[in-house]
Amino acid sequence: MLLPRYTRQPLIPDPGFVLYIDARRLVLLTIFIQQLVNGLSLGSIYALIALGYTMVYGIVKLINFAHGEILMVGAYTAYYVLRTVGASPLGLALAFAAAMIVCGITGITIERFAYRPLRSSPRLNSLITAIAMSLILQNGVRVLPFAGPNPRQFPTMDTIMVPFGAVSVSNIQIIVITVSIVLMLILNYIINWTKTGKAMRAVSFDMQAASLMGISVNRIIAFTFALGSVLAAAGGILYATAYPQIEPTMGAMPGLKAFVAAVLGGIGSVPGAMLGGYILGVAETMTKGFLSSQFADAISFSILILILLVKPTGIMGQKTRVKV
Amino acid sequence: MMPERKLSNLILLAVLAVVIVFVPALLISVGVLDAYTAQILTIAGINAMMAISVNVICGLTGQLSLGQAGFMAIGAYVCIWLAQTVGVPLPFAIFVSGIVAAFSGFLIGFPTLKLSGDYLAIVTLGFGEILRVIFVNFKSFTGGANGKRFTTILAARADYAWIVIIGSLVLVVVFLQNFFRSTYGRAILSVREDEIAARSNGINAFKYKMAGFVIAAFIAGIAGGLYAPFIGFIKPDLASFNRSIEYLIYSVLGGLGSVTGSILAAYILTYLQEFLRFLQDYRLLFYPVILILVMLFRPQGMLGTREVSFVGIWNRLKTLRREANEQKN
Repeated sequence: MLLPRYTRQPLIPDPGFVLYIDARRLVLLTIFIQQLVNGLSLGSIYALIALGYTMVYGIVKLINFAHGEILMVGAYTAYYVLRTVGASPLGLALAFAAAMIVCGITGITIERFAYRPLRSSPRLNSLITAIAMSLILQNGVRVLPFAGPNPRQFPTMDTIMVPFGAVSVSNIQIIVITVSIVLMLILNYIINWTKTGKAMRAVSFDMQAASLMGISVNRIIAFTFALGSVLAAAGGILYATAYPQIEPTMGAMPGLKAFVAAVLGGIGSVPGAMLGGYILGVAETMTKGFLSSQFADAISFSILILILLVKPTGIMGQKTRVKV
Repeated sequence: MMPERKLSNLILLAVLAVVIVFVPALLISVGVLDAYTAQILTIAGINAMMAISVNVICGLTGQLSLGQAGFMAIGAYVCIWLAQTVGVPLPFAIFVSGIVAAFSGFLIGFPTLKLSGDYLAIVTLGFGEILRVIFVNFKSFTGGANGKRFTTILAARADYAWIVIIGSLVLVVVFLQNFFRSTYGRAILSVREDEIAARSNGINAFKYKMAGFVIAAFIAGIAGGLYAPFIGFIKPDLASFNRSIEYLIYSVLGGLGSVTGSILAAYILTYLQEFLRFLQDYRLLFYPVILILVMLFRPQGMLGTREVSFVGIWNRLKTLRREANEQKN
């Protein structure tokens, strides 16, 4: 049966090929672009953190649950530096340097004393050790006399909005996006063009063969942890700058999300982690902008589950064969 | 084994079960055990049940799940909804909450059990977090982030609570001990040992993994259904990742693959948590440090995959006495 179709006609006849957008759509479009910018800024933080997960997983096949807490340690270090020197661009650079050093050392220490003794034991045992390590860091900061369990205000620079046409981008967002892109380029250089990077790729491909070729596997694994932790430190500072409040449990949620991003992109794949981070960031801000802000957390996990069902190794992950 | 020996073992276990369920309840109602100790011991029973649930899926089926607390939360909310809003009698509500949790386990398991290892862990973790967000946002049904209050006789009478909770725990243990000695149970264990070898022997690995997952979800649902009326108050945080980890810790410390080990670990750790209160926040550090030390020096946990066998202990005692008598003569 044919029903009469109601079509919407413009009141003024359309004069040929003129771009025709009504006001409501223009507003929606502006919101969309604004959320896209927010999403890129959040996504680059996720990408930075996700890189640490994916590199460690690629080499030792361990989900480093303590990674989110390293991010928190980085944010706390930056907090103390910024409180003493003030939140100027120079102070921020100092904070980055200090946090990266502290986190790099923390990462190496954790690897040396908690993960290395368990490298040949079943995977579940290392996973549980990683969970325990994350609890130790979290609760360790909680009982430290100068840190404590209460949330603190993170010192940031004054926000300046830079207008770009209909949307406006804050200076903090610009800093977040540039810093993370620069760091990712440096990482890309290290992995693809240096000798250490070549060794990292070799160890992740086949640990035993790499060790037979004279690569010091222990040193490469320690280096990978350090590299991941340095990126997490940067991610932590950027996260704390974007959401200026720090507390001992602050690493848990971005850590989980970044982990989701790493799995989404295909865990073990470096470009996958970057892509996953951006997808997750944009998806989350779009959910906040158009659906509901309460469900944003649920959406990112739902995306993960959906992608894993369609492509169980993530977007850029390689299919592994199980041999008997 | 001779039939009369079997009968005597059965009688021994039945007597033991009755003693475990009713004697402490009697002590509580007489007042020998104070309310505070009674509450700790009963909560430890619920923790033990959750540890068993984690053990069934992680230790016995060999699939790492990090969302077991999600099933517990489903059980708790369903129990409250049935008993408070619908007005169903409480035991029936508890049973149905187990069934609902098991059914949601079936739904979740269908797509996810094809994934293996770490991916399964992540999906179950995500499942718990999604549930938590849903519980926070559906205020009319769940009371939102502030949680929901629920007053029952179990919260008021510690001795009844003991009988109901420890009674359920005993039933769960009896069921599992028999189940894992059946054809189905042995098939599940074979999938854990080597999935490829099991499949080449004609065992449908997916089906048995699903069976293990559904049983684990059922036990978690029952534990949630018992938790809600006993504590009298639930929050969406019940489904959070941290809780799942806590139960995983009990299970790992007791020994993955050992049901009695889980119970033992749950009791020791729950008691330790209360005992260490004087350490204040440092207590929170104590726990993970123990966990790492156990992983480094005794990775199989307290009992490994062995079980505490009461029949075995009884027989050992009998032989010891006989030897002592022979020496005397």
